[in-house]
Amino acid sequence: EEDKYGLYSNLLFKYFLAEGIVCGHDLFVASAKEHPDNILKELPAPLLDDTYGKELGDEAAAVKSEDFQDSMKIAWRYQNLPKMEASPTTCTKFGHYYDVSKKMSPELCQSVKWHSFYLHEELSFEPEMKAWNMNSGYARLLQSIQRIISQEGFDGSDPQKKQRNVLRIGIQSLGSILWGDDVCCSDTPADPHSLTKFLYVLRGLLRKSLSACIITVPAHLIQNKAIMERVTNLSDMVVGLESFIGSERETNPLYKDYHGLVHVHQIPRLNSLICDVSDTKDLAFRLKRKLFTIERLHLPPALSAAVSRASKQELAASAKLLSSGCGAVAVGERHLDF
Amino acid sequence: QGKFTLLRDTRTDGSFLVHHFLSFYLRAGCKVCFVALLQSFSHYSIVAQKLGVNLAAAKEQGQLVFLEGLKSCLDLLFGEEEQPGQPSPLQFLSTCDLRALFDFVRVSLTPCAHDSWKGPVLLVDDLSVLLSLGAAPVAVLDFIHYCRVSVCCQLQGNVVVLVHSSEDSEDEENELVVNSLCHHSDLILWAEGLATGFCKDVHGQMKIIKRLSLRQAAEQDLVQIYQYKIQDRNVTFFARGLSAAVL
Repeated sequence: EEDKYGLYSNLLFKYFLAEGIVCGHDLFVASAKEHPDNILKELPAPLLDDTYGKELGDEAAAVKSEDFQDSMKIAWRYQNLPKMEASPTTCTKFGHYYDVSKKMSPELCQSVKWHSFYLHEELSFEPEMKAWNMNSGYARLLQSIQRIISQEGFDGSDPQKKQRNVLRIGIQSLGSILWGDDVCCSDTPADPHSLTKFLYVLRGLLRKSLSACIITVPAHLIQNKAIMERVTNLSDMVVGLESFIGSERETNPLYKDYHGLVHVHQIPRLNSLICDVSDTKDLAFRLKRKLFTIERLHLPPALSAAVSRASKQELAASAKLLSSGCGAVAVGERHLDF
Repeated sequence: QGKFTLLRDTRTDGSFLVHHFLSFYLRAGCKVCFVALLQSFSHYSIVAQKLGVNLAAAKEQGQLVFLEGLKSCLDLLFGEEEQPGQPSPLQFLSTCDLRALFDFVRVSLTPCAHDSWKGPVLLVDDLSVLLSLGAAPVAVLDFIHYCRVSVCCQLQGNVVVLVHSSEDSEDEENELVVNSLCHHSDLILWAEGLATGFCKDVHGQMKIIKRLSLRQAAEQDLVQIYQYKIQDRNVTFFARGLSAAVL
């Protein structure tokens, strides 16, 4: 789910594609807004191991100098608990890291095979899509994806092909008016089922091929919330980004270190009865000069006795936010008052 | 026999109930028609293996008729011309008409001469998807009604259907379908996420509603509530507040 101005969701979109290039996966980029060639020119450059370590090292050193190991006097039981890790450090490295201040080199970009779908170039071919009974832009996109999956052998249709690769599909701002869908402009859209039908067929294509797909949706623009509920049910993983730009949270001292919140609405439960639920439900993100990081959100200690009424309200709202889980939301209104 | 069970989930994923009923009925020797709309065959197969059932073998022996919705949908849209007289069960994607799906179910569960399976069972995962694919709520309710008459009454079999719902849902069509189904169910298994939020040791609460009032006028529905925790091969149930982590 895109943040209000699409800034951070666009960044995550590019991260997904950049990671694909670094891993050597094929890419399929679809957009009705920007030409995919331009999107691919704007990918962040990968951070080499030593530079990333240095970035983190600088930060860790700054923290340590303030963090004098005084033995605790009152809260001495907490002395032996592990220090809370705000963000995963060098212990587990999964994937690669990127420097958002630099662009990925064209040589690296061209090292993988990529396919693009720019709606306004595609619409010049008009096929008969009546049998599909959905928005023609979506239908064309599905046809294009199916063609690539089939031709390039991502569905295992070519047994001769020894090297099997993964196809990373990125679809930008699905559901926006640029795709010819009025689901973002109207409470009663002309065809409320196009988007969900698209997702269903896409799901079928993904399930039968070696591909993964990221879709950004301007969820905040979709008036009919029922559609977003259905979109969520048809997706494996749903993450919402909420930026603080222009909201009252921007000035809230609670959130001063962050640029926004990450809401994990749904995680995949595939091939198993259980799913991989983490302990932390409260995540926030921030965009530093070079790095985009996602960290655990924690309330600072309420040190001052003169906490104003206004921020107490925010604390209550945040406490309600903090106890919300994946798909489970705390129903109570009161915050614990000691 | 002849019972309609509604699986319902709110604020959580109730699919573990579907896996349970699938392996339960297969182990009992029933003929099962599974309309799996949202996940692939291999997903159910892998979980069924953990629960001690081999779906591929069951399919081969004719005990399990598996409609893989996602695959059928692709065949319909990208495949060659369909054979006349054999409409795809997912035809409603184009025509918004669920009759072909019902015919598929009826044909799958009507016993053949040499069938030695015990009662037929229709399992649907999940019904809410039909609304997302363009079927009208009334069409969905009609479909279920036809299935009940055919499977529960005529064939003395059972029907088990999963739906999603939520009190603050804005999906009125879905809530309409769910409420209507609740009224006509013999048994409702309702999995709900805890009101207090996520908990590592208690994944949710299960309300078991035996709708005795449906069959006998003076009877009251029997409601039992348990909490549960889902594990890799098993789901443990316990009385509220008595999770193993607490005792």
